[in-house]
Amino acid sequence: MGARFTGPKIAATARFLGSGPGQTASYLSDMVLSFTDRGIFCEAGGFFIDPWRPVDKALITHGHSDHARAGHRRYMATEAAAPAIRHRLGVKVDTVAFGEVRRIGGADVSFHPAGHVPGSAQIRVEVAGEVWVVSGDYKTEPDGLSEPFEPVRCHAFISECTFGLPVFNWQPQAAIMAQINAWWAANAAEGRVSVIGAYSLGKAQRILANVDPIGPILTHGAVEATNRVLREQGLRLPDTTWAGPDVGVTPGALVVAPPSALGTPWASRFGPSAQAFASGWMALRGVRRRRGLSQGFVMSDHADWRGLNDAICATGAERVFVTHGYTAPFRRWLADQGYDAGVVETEYEGDDAEDIEVIE
Amino acid sequence: MIRFAALFDVLDRTTKTNAKVAALADYFREAPEPDRLWTIALLSGRRPKRAVNSTELRIWASEAAGIPLWLFEEAYPIVGDLSETISLILPPATRTADRPLADWIADLIALTGQPADVRQAAILDAWDRLTTPERFLFNKLITGGFRMGVSQGLMTRALSQATGIEETALAHRLMGDWTPTTTTYARLVQTNDPASEGSRPYPFALATALDDPEALGAPQEWLAEWKWDGIRGQLIKRPGAFALWSRGEELITDRFPEFAPLADFLPEGTVIDGEVLAWGDNAPLPFAQLQKRIGRLNVPKKLLTEAPAHMLAYDLLEQDGEDLRPLPLSDRRARLDALIAGLPQLPLAISPAVSFDAWPALAGLRETARDRGAEGLMVKRLAAPYHVGRKRGDWWKWKLDPYTVDCVMIYAQSGSGRRATLFTDFTFAVKDGDDLVPFTKAYSGLTDAEFGEITNWVKRNTLEKFGPVRRVPPVQVFEIAFEGIQASSRHKSGIALRFPRMSRWRRDKPVSEIDTLDNLRALLP
Ligand SMILES: [Zn+2]
Ligand SMILES: [Zn+2]
Repeated sequence: MGARFTGPKIAATARFLGSGPGQTASYLSDMVLSFTDRGIFCEAGGFFIDPWRPVDKALITHGHSDHARAGHRRYMATEAAAPAIRHRLGVKVDTVAFGEVRRIGGADVSFHPAGHVPGSAQIRVEVAGEVWVVSGDYKTEPDGLSEPFEPVRCHAFISECTFGLPVFNWQPQAAIMAQINAWWAANAAEGRVSVIGAYSLGKAQRILANVDPIGPILTHGAVEATNRVLREQGLRLPDTTWAGPDVGVTPGALVVAPPSALGTPWASRFGPSAQAFASGWMALRGVRRRRGLSQGFVMSDHADWRGLNDAICATGAERVFVTHGYTAPFRRWLADQGYDAGVVETEYEGDDAEDIEVIE
Repeated sequence: MIRFAALFDVLDRTTKTNAKVAALADYFREAPEPDRLWTIALLSGRRPKRAVNSTELRIWASEAAGIPLWLFEEAYPIVGDLSETISLILPPATRTADRPLADWIADLIALTGQPADVRQAAILDAWDRLTTPERFLFNKLITGGFRMGVSQGLMTRALSQATGIEETALAHRLMGDWTPTTTTYARLVQTNDPASEGSRPYPFALATALDDPEALGAPQEWLAEWKWDGIRGQLIKRPGAFALWSRGEELITDRFPEFAPLADFLPEGTVIDGEVLAWGDNAPLPFAQLQKRIGRLNVPKKLLTEAPAHMLAYDLLEQDGEDLRPLPLSDRRARLDALIAGLPQLPLAISPAVSFDAWPALAGLRETARDRGAEGLMVKRLAAPYHVGRKRGDWWKWKLDPYTVDCVMIYAQSGSGRRATLFTDFTFAVKDGDDLVPFTKAYSGLTDAEFGEITNWVKRNTLEKFGPVRRVPPVQVFEIAFEGIQASSRHKSGIALRFPRMSRWRRDKPVSEIDTLDNLRALLP
């Protein structure tokens, strides 16, 4: 079976799978997972991974909205990822510990740290000795908050590649945090408020957990709600104050808010401010300028070019399917490196004008 | 170069004019003089001779980064800027060197004409000694197209703050065909030697678009004249010098040999601001005729007879070596009139005033502009001096409403630079029988929000990808505005538009109602 999956073929696969169990086994002999119009499907286990249409049994890598969607009958996620999923979707979630093996139908399933956000997992699926791993979103650099990424040996690896181009090369977190600390200190010295835009699950807490708390820290409601969830599950964050309606001008404060709050009246409530966005996309001058930002911090919860290549290499997989990002060039690059590489068209990428926010 | 990179960083990050001027003024106070001179040169559109072409840069950079060229080419449109792409893919520098900007440029200039291996070794060595922001600027020095978000006017203001020399005097000194290799900072900026003026032009006065003429007050305080569609130029006759400058500060004397006889008849110390036009039967020819002569250093005889050049004079800036710019326009026009009236038959005439006694009457005359070969009207305050650059209030351009055509988008391409993540460059088609014929591209006119929305749509509705270009179903109807239309054998549609841009996204209009190629042909002159 060709490694490349395109739109029409997905539909065909889905129909074929629907035509009756048992007949598919020989056709899909080595396919532990298949790619359907509802999401990544495990025939042997009867479950989907991060499906985007309602299904009976959904295994969820992490709580971001493009991976954890409403409407499924049953959810499974790691103990550390479940609270955020419950909070956002209001659903019941079966939990599993990292590394714990569960037998689901004819498949052995386990979750392994992806280092993307607290609780985020790669999902390992083994059927009759054949091992496939779905990466979910991941980054390879430890961030001091999420469980650090662990490579998982497998035959086939389904990898995200949000930043799968060689122009994306992150500096170490310490260097970026030093920039953020210096920026906050300089703004505070001039009596300005520092408003930083960071995705409210993951990035915001990553900054909170690593920043030098030289002054009051205010948070947007969306960030504070996630803080509460994560603190309840035992993660340590510095003291923050929800910037509710009665919080006014606060010179010298750091305000942590979702990126969409930047440039809005909400963000200027706290007095004269400097506003910045923390995102891998800030590596591109054009993106920073389009958003009209004077300052951007290149900080991502996704792997950079080297991180992707190293992670893929460390799995030992011969077969790699890429998704979620610059799939076409990244697939070709992997094929050039000798991998049996394919593209999976998924609906993870909120690949649109807001992708800068949605994709994280 | 670190100081220059820091300056660029400030200029790039702020949109506040005062902050930009302050940063530049600091730089002009502190940087070494050769660096100041090069910065002035770069900000006034002068750049070092190109030592390396962009193909070589791409190949060398992808080799240094250990990636295949095709992958570089995939990344480039995402980043949207060649210099930035290179600066991002290169491995980190292994050495540091804070050398002055002027030294790096001197090295680049010395590379011109060297064998490829010598140039490659030098460029790789430089990349390995520069930080990412410096590399970006270094690459920009090579590829040209240096934009720092600072107009020449702002740069002049900053230089004035740093030196204490008056802005208008500086603006004048910075004009002309100097380069950093032919002068020094001190000679360019600090000497005030009238004899060195030579063929140096004055900064052009510019106009602002006019919306409401009634707001200008009494019509008798204003001069109206046609806004000709040619090349704005300054004709200079001084002792030992005869020159024609374009508004882009290009010396174009030799491109228009028709004007050579003027050198014998214009008195010494004369500077005329006017419009160069291709001239037919006592009237201007369409701009397309003049365009054939732009960019040609040697004008073939055939063109000289088909599209002879002619200047219509707007203003007199210098007479008998005296700078007339502070005088009121009414005085300058009177002197211009007298000067031209005293000349024999030459390809130079005064641009006639359009007489009117009320604004509605002028509005009526404006409607006839296209028939006269003009783009609209200029309205100038008779009591005003000749300003440096664009100064709102005294000079207005009152252009005709553009033509418009309803058409459908068929291809979309992502933008560059600031717009790299958006689809902003579109190809449009009109109907021709049952076919759709592409006839123009446009990439401006929509709001950022609209570009975001159409980008979304393009991504979800791509039929085919060719590199950065996507074919989309012909569904989205746009109104395109344009200033002119010409027959063109180079385009499949047989027509070419001037200044096309998207004026409206016609979500209300079905594709069945777009314009036809015949509708467009009917507009041909
Ligand atoms: Zn994602
Ligand atoms: Zn995610």
